[in-house]
Amino acid sequence: MTTEAIPLAPLDLALAALLLVINGALSVWLKLGITKAQAIAATRMVVQLLLVGLVLKALFAHQSPWLTLTVVVVMVGFAGYEIMSRQERKLTGLWSYGIGVTTMTFAAVSVTVLALSTQLRPDPWWDARYAIPLLGMMLGNAMTGISLGLNNLLNAVTRDRWAVEAQIALGYPRHVAMRPFIRRALRNALMPSINSMSASGLVFLPGMMTGQILAGLDPIEAVKYQLLVMFLIGGATGIGSVTAIYAAVGRVTDGRHRLRLDRIADLDN
Amino acid sequence: MLTIRNLRARHVAVDALDLQDGECFAVMGPSGSGKSLMLRAVADLDPTEGEVAVDGRERMSMTGPEWRRQVMYVGPESGWWEDRVAAHFEDPDSVVGVLQRLGFRPETLNWPVSRLSTGERQRLAIARAFDRGPRVLLMDEPTGALDQQSTAMVEGVIHDFLMDGGIVLMATHEKAQATRLGTRSAMMTDGRLVT
Repeated sequence: MTTEAIPLAPLDLALAALLLVINGALSVWLKLGITKAQAIAATRMVVQLLLVGLVLKALFAHQSPWLTLTVVVVMVGFAGYEIMSRQERKLTGLWSYGIGVTTMTFAAVSVTVLALSTQLRPDPWWDARYAIPLLGMMLGNAMTGISLGLNNLLNAVTRDRWAVEAQIALGYPRHVAMRPFIRRALRNALMPSINSMSASGLVFLPGMMTGQILAGLDPIEAVKYQLLVMFLIGGATGIGSVTAIYAAVGRVTDGRHRLRLDRIADLDN
Repeated sequence: MLTIRNLRARHVAVDALDLQDGECFAVMGPSGSGKSLMLRAVADLDPTEGEVAVDGRERMSMTGPEWRRQVMYVGPESGWWEDRVAAHFEDPDSVVGVLQRLGFRPETLNWPVSRLSTGERQRLAIARAFDRGPRVLLMDEPTGALDQQSTAMVEGVIHDFLMDGGIVLMATHEKAQATRLGTRSAMMTDGRLVT
């Protein structure tokens, strides 16, 4: 029952964009002060997505592994920057960026490669049509988990430093003293993906699936793809969050099991 | 015996200090002079250089937690990480004696931490340290938030610890307390201990 997608004319999109203009007018009328932010965000989205569309089209046409790799590197760079901008507290030096980017890349790339080499098996395996969208989803979700986890961990350790230090002063090793903080940070990191799993289908139809159905794919096929993607996302978020949180715990403590708050920026003492 | 040689940390310098068994040494000085930092340095809670040893065993010859079980720091602000008081003790049954001498009834162990006053927290933090059986106690303003009666109770417990051969290194700004407990004392000025 796969049918062709109904083509969209520019006028159709312009009509839909009118809704945002109505939003903007409302915002001005109610003095919400978000007109500018919304206008910038909407413009960014249009430009970014059109550019991505062009890049993907070129990428699919050329089938070059090097070109694909370049796009991957650019995506990782942007995602790393996103992780950093979402942190209220950062580790000194390049540690937050380093931990965030390394663990996110590791998690997203390994899960993507797993999917490409077992479930999907495109030919060649790095075919951009499969590799880039998959990696993008893995990166995006790992990024969210990691930034939530790191943010929660560093905030909690700073706020409850006396609870950590009391345990360390009483002679507890660092993994014992940090255990409740690790647990809370992990729960924070994984909650969004758990919530979206349990609510999907009932509360909302996942965006990817909706897109596929609108584009004419059989609903059952769309569901199967969605399930695959959700499992992969769960894996990538888990791997990324766990490694990032443990790496950060290693950094805010040291080999003598001290709490090293001096390694969190702008927090001398 | 506690031996300190050429201890250097941020804002702290102690060239030589020896404490015999049963001895209490009071570090005096205004706030900000580095008393707390010195105690933290001895407990290996901050990165330091120099030698610190207990009964001839250098701290670097053991792990941080092993060292801190013997040389235990009790800070001016007590941290709590569980909901109930009892969960902060290793052996809640054996600690009842110390608790009573610090003015608590055994039921205190079942209280939620949130119910405790600042002074109660401070006394329980001291009881919590005794519960672990340290060799040396590093006490940072141990009676800072306490009234006269509670201060006397805490000093009584410290006194007995000393009688049993324990060693106490204490930071205090109260001259009278240093005289009551301290067999020796010294002034801390700009991070330097003047003995």
